[in-house]
Amino acid sequence: MSLALTPAGPKPQHFSVARLGVYAFLAISAAFFLIPLWVMMMTSFKTMDEIRLGHILSLPANPTLAAWFKAWSSACTGLACNGISVGFWNSVRILVPSVIVSIFVGALTGYAMSFWRVRGANALFAVLLVGAFIPYQVFLYPLVRIFSMIGLYSSISGIVVIHVIFGLPLMTLLFRNYYSSLPVELFNAARVDGAGFVGIFRHVILPMSTPIIIVAAILQVTGIWNDFILGLTFAGRTNQPMTVLLNNIVNSTQGEVEYNVNMAATVLTALVPLTVYLVSGRWFVRGIAAGAVKG
Amino acid sequence: MGAVSVRDLAIGFGDVSVINNLSLEITEGEFIVLLGPSGCGKSTLLNAIAGLIDIKQGQVWIDSKNVTWAEPKDRGIGMVFQSYSLYPRMSVEQNLSFGLRIAGTPKDEIAARVAKASKLLQLDPLLKRKPSELSGGQRQRVAIGRALVRNVGVFLFDEPLSNLDAKLRNELRVEIKKLHQDIGNTMIYVTHDQIEALTLADRIAVMKSGVIQQLASPHDIYHFPANLFVAGFIGSPGMNFISGALRGSQGVACDYDGGSVDMSRYPFARPPAEGTRVTLGVRPEHIDLGDAPAGAHGARGIVSIVEPMGAETILWTTFAGKSMTIRADGDSTVKVGDEIAFWFDAARASVFDATSGERL
Amino acid sequence: MTSAPANPAPSRLRARLRAQLPAALALAPAAIIVLVAYVGAMVWTVRLSFTSSKMLPVFDNVGFAQYQRLFNTERFIFSAWHILIFGVLFIAGCLVLGFLLAVFIDQRVRFEGLLRTIFLYPFAMSFIVTGLVWQWFLNPELGLQKVVRDLGFPNFSFDWIVDQNLVVYTLVIAGVWQSSGLVMAIMLAGLRGIDSELWKATRIDAIPTWRVYVSIVLPMIAPMVVTAAVLLAVAVAKLYDLVVAMTKGGPGLSSEVPAKFIMDNLFERSNVGLGTAAATVLLVTVIAILSPWIYAEHLRPKRGRR
Repeated sequence: MSLALTPAGPKPQHFSVARLGVYAFLAISAAFFLIPLWVMMMTSFKTMDEIRLGHILSLPANPTLAAWFKAWSSACTGLACNGISVGFWNSVRILVPSVIVSIFVGALTGYAMSFWRVRGANALFAVLLVGAFIPYQVFLYPLVRIFSMIGLYSSISGIVVIHVIFGLPLMTLLFRNYYSSLPVELFNAARVDGAGFVGIFRHVILPMSTPIIIVAAILQVTGIWNDFILGLTFAGRTNQPMTVLLNNIVNSTQGEVEYNVNMAATVLTALVPLTVYLVSGRWFVRGIAAGAVKG
Repeated sequence: MGAVSVRDLAIGFGDVSVINNLSLEITEGEFIVLLGPSGCGKSTLLNAIAGLIDIKQGQVWIDSKNVTWAEPKDRGIGMVFQSYSLYPRMSVEQNLSFGLRIAGTPKDEIAARVAKASKLLQLDPLLKRKPSELSGGQRQRVAIGRALVRNVGVFLFDEPLSNLDAKLRNELRVEIKKLHQDIGNTMIYVTHDQIEALTLADRIAVMKSGVIQQLASPHDIYHFPANLFVAGFIGSPGMNFISGALRGSQGVACDYDGGSVDMSRYPFARPPAEGTRVTLGVRPEHIDLGDAPAGAHGARGIVSIVEPMGAETILWTTFAGKSMTIRADGDSTVKVGDEIAFWFDAARASVFDATSGERL
Repeated sequence: MTSAPANPAPSRLRARLRAQLPAALALAPAAIIVLVAYVGAMVWTVRLSFTSSKMLPVFDNVGFAQYQRLFNTERFIFSAWHILIFGVLFIAGCLVLGFLLAVFIDQRVRFEGLLRTIFLYPFAMSFIVTGLVWQWFLNPELGLQKVVRDLGFPNFSFDWIVDQNLVVYTLVIAGVWQSSGLVMAIMLAGLRGIDSELWKATRIDAIPTWRVYVSIVLPMIAPMVVTAAVLLAVAVAKLYDLVVAMTKGGPGLSSEVPAKFIMDNLFERSNVGLGTAAATVLLVTVIAILSPWIYAEHLRPKRGRR
């Protein structure tokens, strides 16, 4: 860098203290956010002897997958000791129908609310939104009794219906807002062409819904897979989702606590939503923006 | 106070060079307009003078001080932007005083400056309002006021009227001219609108592709454009262009397809070579209807379109194989299909080299 | 319209109904859900709070007896107190950290995409996972405390998770870890919506960067801050999974929270009357917090908005 007495051309770059402070803050924050993930991973690959030495942040000396196998197929999740794989498949069986049905109902409802003038639609939407803010505990007991009465309690169908019910506000919000932003000329043109309610939905609206369906799917997959309380209450003993079995493995074992197995099971449970997150990237953020910026 | 000098400026982004080797001297108190189509580099040049973008080579001097490496706030400039960029949650008064408050200016000094700017720009009834409650023209006046209170020598304007509708644009244009007459600071103004340029400027710098095509007074730019681009860019309706070739030792005549124009009274800069291919340019208002007087060139044509504009009427006809527009009087009775006689004086025309575009 | 038929009104009405019928039918599922699952269940819960129900619902009327019992139950009072402390610290912590993260990322730093991914990934995980990981990391014998002691600070203590007075704060840490990324994402969207010419104007006006954020940017994104705060408040009211996984409400009752109190009384302790009374109190609290925001955002007529 020449020491020009007369300034000319590009300004010399000084790496200022302020800039250093910015990077320092971000680095420390990144460490804060990453350490639990690191700990989770490292512990799962260690042996119990090594864990007992108490170096929670260090790399495993002799990495082993033993804890993973145990967590998957033989950890005790209450009365049975068949590992968390049971929970994995339960969660899958709950997830797939729940996501499909809740997105479909949300799309249909959002479509009906945004293009068609139905009296009371706005009031319905308002009540739906308010319902989203109220904690589940306010609705839970009567729902349990109702589901018992109609035979849906403790079943996969039951938990699917529950997820549709509690997913409806967010799904309707997403689709209604998205459809409201589409040009109404599209809709009018289709009506002039003679298409009816279902026809317009199938041939015009649905094909245009790909972005919002992706966002809705991401939010629902994450939300339903991570759910604990609804699965615990409604799915039934043989259909408990992975989160419930995980909690059982860690918090209700008798005898010595096997930290490596616990952490392996934890990673396995977090794997699905984490993968969705890493793969979907920008779509995930878009989902949050769409859901959080209401109306 | 307030002279601006740009020397051998080069600006680029990555491998793309926007401006190369540009120099410009602006005298104190001058109102200079950077005019050109979008992408010509005028905003880039303005932002470089302001210090908002980095330059690759060259120097910027403001007020006899080398400010090439100085921060925008240390250059003694105020700036008005296209989208006003007022602070949205503050009142007009707070918008005007915010910068001064940050700088620690004493309270009575702030009050005095705000009062002076407010009076000059008629902002007094608006002081307590927020920007969202103001019209576009009012917001721009506040933006100008924000620059005014800084007590700087140089004002920079980046297409400030482009977001306004036509009527507001005309009103505010006059106000800016009046402002310059009142306070007399150096003003550098960027626009793509030639009306703004012609009415406001002491000098205009017409730019294209990062190069100043001509730097001159509005009168000179209009009547003596330096090249084809400037000639075609300025003037509405545009200059009429005729292709031809010069004949004779002093370019005594210009031959076009179907005739010849006597060029003996045209002020050539240098005696042109025999046979030079040229483009002859004549402005619509320099063409009159009727029979040609002595020394002028006359022709006849059939009118194809008539555009009545109120104050004048535009007639479209053909000449030398191309369409030609003529400015006629507002109450002209010429109709489509009429045959008209018209003439023009070569001395008032412009002749350009057909290949280089330079004025001859 | 063209020439009117003999009976114009009924046929026009019929036509309109015919057009609207499919749409109305499509809304039927949503309407049923709202009526039964939301409104119906809520009303039923409140009704049950006035009964003496134990394990199964009984439809008598004992007035406010359950509520009296509720407010004399130590466990409930504790849970209310804990959720208040947690709520204030959690919301403040998420807002501040989320805002700072958004501001610093907005400074045209390198690795911006990577940093955003790192800060937001906890939000993709279940509260159960979060609770279990932090429970392990804050383990006094084998976790953080041991690490720092091994680094040469033998008197360092971080056994908050087994300390009755401090365990609530561990919940705050885990909660902030999970949710700050969300606040950051919301705020970053707001920051990015600010016109770049505004930044140019502040450079010319000599406003220091931090001052721009505080005096100009923050008021501009205030509605987003409020939205984020409301979302966080809702999460506070719903707090259950994290407590169950991380501390099970302990040690003792020192991290008990209302949602857990309700669940335990409804399902494990067969105290339906008491549980629904607590649920009703929770409901009233949430509505009380939400009403001002709903009014300000949606019901009050908007003045001169751009």
